[in-house]
Amino acid sequence: MKHRTFLWFILPSATAMLLFIALPIVSVLIQSVYAPHPQVIREVENCNVFGCTTSTAVDQEATRALREAEPMGRFVGTGIYTDRNHLAARELGPLWSVSAGLGDFLGKLLNLPFYGALAFTLTYTAVVTPMAIILGFLIALGVNALPRAFRGPTIFVSLLPMIVTPLVGALILFWMVDARGVLGAAIQAMAGNPDLSIKASTPLMWAMIMVYGIWSTSPFAFVVYYAGLQTVPQDTLESAMIDGASRWERIRYVVIPHLVPLTTFMALIKIMDNFRVFEPIVSFNAGAHAQSLSYFIYSDLGGETRLLSSAAATSVLTIAGVILLLSPVLVRTWQSFGKGAA
Amino acid sequence: MTTRLADRRPPTLQFALTTFLVLWLVVAAFPFLWTLWGSFKVEGDFFSKADWTRALTGPLTRSETGGAFTFGGYHGAWLQEEFWRAALNTAIVVVCVVCISLTFGTLGGYALARSPYRYAFWLLLVALVFRAMPPVTLVSGYLLPFYQWNLWGHLPTAIIVLVAINQPFTLWMLTSFFRNIPKDLDESAMVDGCSRFQAFRHVIIPVMWPGVITTGLFSFLLAYNDFAVTAMLLSKENQTMIPKIASFLGTTQTKGNVMFAVSSVVSVTAPLFVLVMFFQRQIVSGLTAGAVKG
Repeated sequence: MKHRTFLWFILPSATAMLLFIALPIVSVLIQSVYAPHPQVIREVENCNVFGCTTSTAVDQEATRALREAEPMGRFVGTGIYTDRNHLAARELGPLWSVSAGLGDFLGKLLNLPFYGALAFTLTYTAVVTPMAIILGFLIALGVNALPRAFRGPTIFVSLLPMIVTPLVGALILFWMVDARGVLGAAIQAMAGNPDLSIKASTPLMWAMIMVYGIWSTSPFAFVVYYAGLQTVPQDTLESAMIDGASRWERIRYVVIPHLVPLTTFMALIKIMDNFRVFEPIVSFNAGAHAQSLSYFIYSDLGGETRLLSSAAATSVLTIAGVILLLSPVLVRTWQSFGKGAA
Repeated sequence: MTTRLADRRPPTLQFALTTFLVLWLVVAAFPFLWTLWGSFKVEGDFFSKADWTRALTGPLTRSETGGAFTFGGYHGAWLQEEFWRAALNTAIVVVCVVCISLTFGTLGGYALARSPYRYAFWLLLVALVFRAMPPVTLVSGYLLPFYQWNLWGHLPTAIIVLVAINQPFTLWMLTSFFRNIPKDLDESAMVDGCSRFQAFRHVIIPVMWPGVITTGLFSFLLAYNDFAVTAMLLSKENQTMIPKIASFLGTTQTKGNVMFAVSSVVSVTAPLFVLVMFFQRQIVSGLTAGAVKG
């Protein structure tokens, strides 16, 4: 395809991505090094018969003038990145010196908002991805063992947790585990504690969000593995049987090698998706117990005071995290393309 | 059809797998059935401190409304809280997003599939990185410029933003689909004197529909399910369904409002059920498209 034709074909798509993905990234980068102007404070001297007192007042006019002159705010460099709400560069040293040990230090570190969000996001990704893949694999084995007539409806039901809107799916679970909901009542009965409330406990909240994550992402793993199981080379399996391979040996040497590339692919997609975990925290109203990086940005952006600079700095750090997570894949894709072209 | 030799399983294994599967089906389906049933009850029954079986039998629903089922939640949400307006907005957004992103995506995906040059590969790689970024990180980049240019709050803004966020995925999917259409097809048309665009128009478009429909389904899901973009970029009167539900939750203090949220959750889920019912095959093939080919 000629360069010029290629350009015309790709133009609409590339323009959309340039304007609404690439430029916003630049905009986020710029915002993250500017802080809003503080209000200009003026000292006013009030003199009367008893003497003079000085008081401070906000100089509205000067503030407005300053904000209009430099609408971006004042340049602070990496100031926002290193403040207490993000990397907390200044707080880390003292925190280390007052901590009794590494565990104590980590515990205190997690109270800092950015590190807390990072820890939750990484824990969520690290727990949900493998659990969902394992569960999905087991479901695929089960469906594969069903008679054909039952498979369609089974797949239909199995797809539902994944297809349903994340915010809505999480709400449905949340209402059920509410202290007045059916699962909440069941958990209370099992724990023997009628006052047990998931909303009030941080570990239970974390667990609940992860249960939601596994529930909603395992259908994807199931579908991929199910399709993989359909394409297992039957000739190889049968010749292995003739050669006297046991069931376990057939699984070990034929089926699993066939499924490994699928697993890599799936793990990649799921790590990307799980790293963005956001909606369940909104649904579960869990902001007080668990914050993910996305939720952290969202809560900065919402509310009365829109903390744009703070949100921008978190966004930049999140994007850096995404690229870091993806880097092995990017390098490998790049290398394999190099081989293909040579 | 006889079962293949290698498919035979010992009965204990078959039993274990089937039991596990039944368990999973209950876990997957029960929450939906429960919420559907409960959406026709009053709040005191659906959230019952005294006894969970009340959500099934509904004694309070009977005493408060006189019937075993009430449409109070639906009436309140759709008419009183004007959920129909949000539904209409969602319909506009979803239809526009799907149409525009498929148009952009087919053109771009076709070009990427047919270009032998290195920059096509780089574009796909950049698209992969874009695909991995949480949408909410981009939202913080939109807000300031959109406020300044007075673009904030309107449906077209949200539509074009969703189209852009959709593009990386659409491009990947359609590129891999177009690669499976033999090159000879459009190249022979070009030998016969078609321009590249004419070849695309007369030869590729007639055969591309299976791939486009599958990709369209996923674009639909992305636009329909989005919360981050629509919640932050749309004004209150232009809200779509998902942010509207979230706003019900903020005002749950008044009695009965939770049931508004429950009934609107059911209303939002229903179209998705229908979608899966009709397009199950396409969804499954779309999910596995990238995977099975490696």
